[in-house]
Amino acid sequence: MKWLLQLLSRGRRYDDLSVSMQEHIEERTEELIDDGMPRKEAEHRARREFGNVTLIAERSREVWQWRAIESVAADLKFAFRRLGKSPGFAATVILTLAIGIGANTAVFSVLNSVLLRPLPYHEPQQLVSLHLNAPGAPGLADFRDELRVSASMYLTFAAHNRAFQSVGVWLPATASITGIAQPEQVNTAMITDGVLQTLDVPAVAGQWLTAADQNPRGAQRVMLSYGYWQRRFGGDPGVVGRTISVDSQPREIAGVMSRGFRVVNYDFDLLVPLAFDPVKQQLAGFAFRGIARLRPGVAISQADADVARLLNVWMDSWSNGPGSDPHWYLNWKITPALQPLKEQVVGSVGNVLWVVMATIGVVMLIACTNVANLLLVRADSRQQELAVRSALGAGRWRIARELLLESLTLGLLGGAVGVGVAYVGLHLLTAIGPENLPRLSEISLDGRSLAFTLILSMLSGLLFGSIPLLRYTPSRQVIPLLGAMRTASVSRERQRGRNLLVVAQVAMALVLLISAVLMIRTFNAMRNVDPGFSDPALLQVIRISIPETLIRDPQMVTRIQNNIQDKLAAIPGVSSAGFAVSVPMNGGEPAWNQIYIEGKNYEGENAPMRLYNYVSPGYFHTAGTRIVAGRDFTWTDIYGLRPVGIMSESLARELWGSPSAAIGRPFREFTSMPWHEVVGVVQDVRENGVDQVSPATVYWPSMMPDLYGPGSPLDARRTAYFAMRSNRAGTQAFINEMQQAVWSVNSNLPVASVSTMQDIYSQSMARTSFTLVMLAIAGTMALALGVLGIYGVISYAVSQRTREIGIRMALGAKKSELAWMFVRSALVLTGIGVAIGVVAAAGLTQFMKSLLFGISPLDPFTYVAIPFFLVFSAVLAGYLPARRAAAVNPVEALRAE
Amino acid sequence: MAKNPEHRELFPGALEIMILQSLRLRPMHGYALVKHIRQVSDSLLQVEEGSLYPALQRMLKEGWLEAETGISAKGRPTRIYRLTEAGVRHLEREVSSFEKMFDGIFRVLAVAKA
Repeated sequence: MKWLLQLLSRGRRYDDLSVSMQEHIEERTEELIDDGMPRKEAEHRARREFGNVTLIAERSREVWQWRAIESVAADLKFAFRRLGKSPGFAATVILTLAIGIGANTAVFSVLNSVLLRPLPYHEPQQLVSLHLNAPGAPGLADFRDELRVSASMYLTFAAHNRAFQSVGVWLPATASITGIAQPEQVNTAMITDGVLQTLDVPAVAGQWLTAADQNPRGAQRVMLSYGYWQRRFGGDPGVVGRTISVDSQPREIAGVMSRGFRVVNYDFDLLVPLAFDPVKQQLAGFAFRGIARLRPGVAISQADADVARLLNVWMDSWSNGPGSDPHWYLNWKITPALQPLKEQVVGSVGNVLWVVMATIGVVMLIACTNVANLLLVRADSRQQELAVRSALGAGRWRIARELLLESLTLGLLGGAVGVGVAYVGLHLLTAIGPENLPRLSEISLDGRSLAFTLILSMLSGLLFGSIPLLRYTPSRQVIPLLGAMRTASVSRERQRGRNLLVVAQVAMALVLLISAVLMIRTFNAMRNVDPGFSDPALLQVIRISIPETLIRDPQMVTRIQNNIQDKLAAIPGVSSAGFAVSVPMNGGEPAWNQIYIEGKNYEGENAPMRLYNYVSPGYFHTAGTRIVAGRDFTWTDIYGLRPVGIMSESLARELWGSPSAAIGRPFREFTSMPWHEVVGVVQDVRENGVDQVSPATVYWPSMMPDLYGPGSPLDARRTAYFAMRSNRAGTQAFINEMQQAVWSVNSNLPVASVSTMQDIYSQSMARTSFTLVMLAIAGTMALALGVLGIYGVISYAVSQRTREIGIRMALGAKKSELAWMFVRSALVLTGIGVAIGVVAAAGLTQFMKSLLFGISPLDPFTYVAIPFFLVFSAVLAGYLPARRAAAVNPVEALRAE
Repeated sequence: MAKNPEHRELFPGALEIMILQSLRLRPMHGYALVKHIRQVSDSLLQVEEGSLYPALQRMLKEGWLEAETGISAKGRPTRIYRLTEAGVRHLEREVSSFEKMFDGIFRVLAVAKA
């Protein structure tokens, strides 16, 4: 408290001090007068004896001050006052910095929220995804980067593991909810016991699903997501215990999960228990995503070893039916490669974010160089003031501190405004960012982002502040006093400082422009790829599921689907319709297996895995997938259960050499299946996005004899995507008519996943277009800043050398020569910058290799066109001020001195 | 500490102890202090204003002195410095430690002379 009292009484202390000192001098003066000295002389003498009043007062006052802080505060006040005197300069700098820092903070916030922050679960470092590799299953890698977990694997892992506290598997799915309002299709997460225990997030109402819900003959309750609870039930807590109809089956609501809870990165409406009947399980059925929580202290490598052991237990305990060899899967060489769950959540977006962050960082560097250049010019005009102060005894450090303080202030002010920019930018980023950006809902400006802003502001302040500092702190040997400005036109050394900055700017701008153009060319290359369907904007897609609880008979399911297809095709403006179990690029879980062809011996060899799809007659025509050879399915094929199939072109070529050679050839999935005949070959489809290879695909009829298990002799695909070709695709009126068409067949069928193929297509390119937009923005900013830098430097050089120009003209120099002199210096600077930039770009663009498609990071066109373009811009930027130099009137230029 | 090169630099704390001792006799203002010390020391010691005022502020801050409004010898307002209780205690402690030090120095000098 004492320091506070002292602080408050300081004003009185200072008054006391000056009164005392004043009286001291006056008393001495009067004494001297009394001794007979004239007043004037006495006053002088008294003052001289006393010494430097100001200095003594200052020293005395310092006793009450925190010296370091207060003199900094004084400097700060001075800095603010000087900035206030040149508001244009201050505004330019602060705005430049605010945009730079704001953009960086926004991108960093995304990076931080998505990549750096731990997952929002308890002890997230214990969470792993059960990633399995199967290098011995050829072809699998063409459409899946892992082998999913089968139900029997899960049952084995759950019962016998030593590494996990809990383990569970889950599956994204959909279900229709009826009986509340209109039938509605909702996203469900089918989960086993262990999933909720692993993620360990409590329910906000009611309870978790329990092991009892997994009993195939048990209650099988459901849980609601917070969002669905709010949307459908208005957040009514009384909903727990109520019964809703899920796929026409009544289920009790056990509880509600908390807000923002997702299963890994999947945003669901309903949690539905998976109820595996252990009696019915086989080895196969690799469809589930596994997650687990490690026991404390267990490393991932130990867990891998445990799972490897369990895989043997799995093969010993289950089979694929009588007569099959359970150890056949040894061929697949299934190896566990468990991953931290965060990797699974974040996926491939990390690379994009780092590239964008680096890009925005470079823009910031360019902005700093521009500011440094402005400061250099400003320091130039303060040269005399600083020299005078230095001559009067101001220390080097003192002046340096003041200059640095000024740039730090600018940096921090820029940062403060930048937080606002970041706030806006973040909204913009999440809006234009890929829709499937993981952890989108978690993105926010948090303490770490703000700390980042602060550090960035200070670092940039120090960076652009120290450049003028290096050049301008007056050394005692060279004090360019008042006359200095007249004598030379401009010191070479100072001009060199600015030139270096311009070279750096050009180099950085070149790197960004090259990256941006590489992305543009990637985007173009992707758009030029034939995706295997045509005019996606005219292709409407909806998903309809017919649950077993609604319609049991597979034959009936197919009839209904056939009916719906006809009704949809009859809507005015629809030219054709069809359905398939999966449509390209929508990220669904594919079916796959191997096929065997007649006449080939598979002893001791693995048949490669092929993607499976199940289609209706007319689907290929509707989607615009060309039939290369043979024919489409017919309804007679379907209802007649004819053993027929269609192959993708690449698969037909692989197996039989050419599409036409494939027609009529027999193939089958497994030995007990009758031979099927290839009736058609269709063009390859980019199932996983245009930048991925087209997987070898087998198309089966939508209804087939069920040869796997007991029960129904028929197997119809109950969930299908219906496609319609129409120029009304995507309009609300059209969507309503589709709805009516579906309900006219069965009023309990909800229409889900309504989108045009264009939406799906764009979504699959979202990562590329996002990177493209970000790099294009950054590249444009860099170009603008770079050109501005060149313009500024040449312009300043012209204004500084007006006198020299005047003399040259007076001596007979031609105007064009003078203009060329300045353009040439712009060209030299750009040339050096471009040379450095090309080398840097060649190195740095290697990091974006995984984002490029169809072109090399050293794409010759880009590496020629961009430098050319940049040099052209630089000549233009240099020419404008150079023209002014040529227009100098020699008489006026010399008279101005 | 001294303007005249004949005068030796005072050792640390000497100025403070002299100011405290002078103010113990009676409260004084700044100029009176300078005069007092000069007179008492027969002009052997001359206090420099550049040291006096900062020293006074330091001692005010320590709480050894108090400043109050008063009238100078010429009848104008000034600040009179007065010793506080804490100042008296500090002075006594300092004086005794100084005496010990002087005693020691004298003894060493005496031995050297003998």
